[in-house]
Amino acid sequence: MGTLWFCLVAMMLAMYVLLDGFDLGAGAIHLWVAKTDDERRQVLASIGPVWDGNEVWLLAAAGTLYFAFPALYASGFSGFYLPLMMVLWLLILRGTSIEFRNHIHSAVWEPLWDFLFCGSSALLAVFFGAALGNVVRGVPLDASGYFFESLWTDFRLGEQTGILDWYTILTGVLALLALVMHGSLWVRMKTSGAVSERAAKLGGQSWWGVLALTAVVTGITFQVQPQILTNFKTWTWGFVFPALAVAGLAGVAFELFKKDERKAFLASCAYLAGMLTSAVFGLYPMVMPARNPVYSMTVASAKAADYGLKVGLAWWIVGIILATGYFRFVYRSFAGKVPTDDNPHGYGH
Amino acid sequence: MEHALDVHRLHFAFTITFHYIFPQLTMGLALLLVYLKTKFLRTGDEHYNRAARFWARIFGINFALGVVTGIPMEFQFGTNWAAFSKAAGGVIGQTLAMEGVFSFFLESSFLGLFLFGEKRLGRMGHWWAAFLVWLGSWLSGYFIVATDAWMQHPMGYRIAANGQIELASFWDLLLNKWAAAQYAHTMLGAVQTGCFVMAAVGAFYLLTKRDEAYGRTFVRAGVLVGVIAAVLQLFPTGDWQGKMIAEHQQPTLAAMEGLFRSTDEAPLVILGQPNVEKRKLENPLEIPNMLSFLTYRRWIAHVNGLDAFPEDQWPDRISMLYFSYHIMVGLGTIFIAVMALAALLLWRGNLYQSRWMLWALLLCVPLPYIANTAGWMTAELGRQPWLIYGLMRTAHGVSPRVGAGNVWFTLLGFMGMYAVLAILWLFLVWREIEIGPEPPEIMHGEIPASVLGAD
Repeated sequence: MGTLWFCLVAMMLAMYVLLDGFDLGAGAIHLWVAKTDDERRQVLASIGPVWDGNEVWLLAAAGTLYFAFPALYASGFSGFYLPLMMVLWLLILRGTSIEFRNHIHSAVWEPLWDFLFCGSSALLAVFFGAALGNVVRGVPLDASGYFFESLWTDFRLGEQTGILDWYTILTGVLALLALVMHGSLWVRMKTSGAVSERAAKLGGQSWWGVLALTAVVTGITFQVQPQILTNFKTWTWGFVFPALAVAGLAGVAFELFKKDERKAFLASCAYLAGMLTSAVFGLYPMVMPARNPVYSMTVASAKAADYGLKVGLAWWIVGIILATGYFRFVYRSFAGKVPTDDNPHGYGH
Repeated sequence: MEHALDVHRLHFAFTITFHYIFPQLTMGLALLLVYLKTKFLRTGDEHYNRAARFWARIFGINFALGVVTGIPMEFQFGTNWAAFSKAAGGVIGQTLAMEGVFSFFLESSFLGLFLFGEKRLGRMGHWWAAFLVWLGSWLSGYFIVATDAWMQHPMGYRIAANGQIELASFWDLLLNKWAAAQYAHTMLGAVQTGCFVMAAVGAFYLLTKRDEAYGRTFVRAGVLVGVIAAVLQLFPTGDWQGKMIAEHQQPTLAAMEGLFRSTDEAPLVILGQPNVEKRKLENPLEIPNMLSFLTYRRWIAHVNGLDAFPEDQWPDRISMLYFSYHIMVGLGTIFIAVMALAALLLWRGNLYQSRWMLWALLLCVPLPYIANTAGWMTAELGRQPWLIYGLMRTAHGVSPRVGAGNVWFTLLGFMGMYAVLAILWLFLVWREIEIGPEPPEIMHGEIPASVLGAD
């Protein structure tokens, strides 16, 4: 039961990264791919009807984590107190900048929100990457089952780590680049004209960065967290996950070359999903590795009682089927390119 | 305040109080939007559809602020109240996760369609979008209230050997009778906020002699729904909630009512200041025997005062609790009077001409916000000193490793950010009211398609 929920929570987090990932990415590239007010409205309209729903995956995943692994929720959220609060501030800034921007047409209003939207999106990508890096690297958990991480200590991978060290900075930058690529491919697919072209170019450029950093970070990660190698050796079928990531990354390049906008975006989804599942697979059965492996929190030590997990499964399945239905409906309603003055019949009409 | 516990409490209190400004309006407005869309569907009169569009814009601003200030609430259970989450997450995590899975997905998906997809969905489809936004927001309210109700009156749990509080019965958690009473009372409060805001905007248009057709629609809708909600707020839901407290949280009842000494003829206090040190109420204005009657339906019935309970069972902020409760009840009474009077004038056909009544409706607009806030303060201060009533004390629920300095840091961060949000909120809502239900650019189709999605 615990392992099943481990997989379900991982799946929800992956959904969050795939979906909110493209709108975070779209935010991070906003100022670069869209120059005029009309162009910026296009970028915003490409995520306008869906970003809020995408973000709900984060809330739903956090809620699910809460009832399935209460000890992990308690330990992880209080241990990452400072960065999580900053994530909240950034989410607030970002949400308000998307919603407020188009209320007033003025040379001081829109650029301000565009800047905040872009900055908060990019920083969120870095924070999420650094957070994943922290989990993979392990945290200073002790016998009490709690820890508290400062923002930084000496930037080294010692016993008393900080949120930021050279490894987590690296994973943060990788996440930013990956989401820039993901967001570029989304914007390219959903917009037309100059915006779409710039996004395609940026997608291609960021691909090289993603390729290089993926190789570097993967290599280092096996050193930082030895459990990962052990897991791949024990269960060799697990290589499907990194294979998915590699195929996805290759697919992005291939489809960019072939100019298939939809498939390029889907390939990027495969890359992100492959990377995340690889990391999660590598950590199992740990849900929160400790710097001192004795204190690592595992599925068994963090999970809630079986009755709650069984009941939860019943409503969770119903709820996720419903949610998938809503998402299909919404994405179909807004399928196709964003309508513009040149192309007023967008959205598949 | 160098004691971490106090700062953690203030952190949650501040962020939740600010957050609840928005959902109380959106939950109330969602219902009124369904009302306006239904009117449009049945009459085919574009007037109602424009009215709905106008309120949808105000709804959108408030909804966005509700979303962004709501996310910190879920996170804080883990960040600031880790010991509580570790012990009880297996139970209350259920309702919180259900809120995400069943209502947030619904709400966010159909809000996008409601705000951006009117043309694409058609009349009927757009009505459904409004209906599903209402359903999603009211479901969300239920899951949150059920979570709080479990903390007020825990049901369907067992305590495992390792001290964890485990879920023992899903249905006892979900169908807690406390949740039913509290939900009805909370939602009526939200409906009242929606009604007072709608009526106030209508009154503003009538008093300033602009968009008067809309002004009449808004005042009418606000008053008609508002008068029903105001009455139901007191009876039966408020009464039901009160009886529940009398049954399960006796020290809370005594503190709310300012009843320091047990008596067989307990009076209902209208005004007065509790003096906790001297254990008495100063300058009391009371209705004799009324509390005995309201609590037990007998004029001479024994009601336990605070002296009947050991002091470590008393709520720790008696004066605040007492005043929150009295402000809530006092304002609730005023709402009944204002709404009933307005409804009477509406029935007699001269509400729209009676300037003093329109002024009253306009000036009432902050009051439901205060009443809702005071109501929640009554519930949560009344739960003290418990985090889970009878099971876990508030002092035992905080995160063991998060110190006062760090909590101050983030609390000040939230305060600064929310101050800016509050200013923007007032500014943008005011702007929408000033633009009005028939904005020239939208009426003449000059806004580029990309602004409104495909509309």
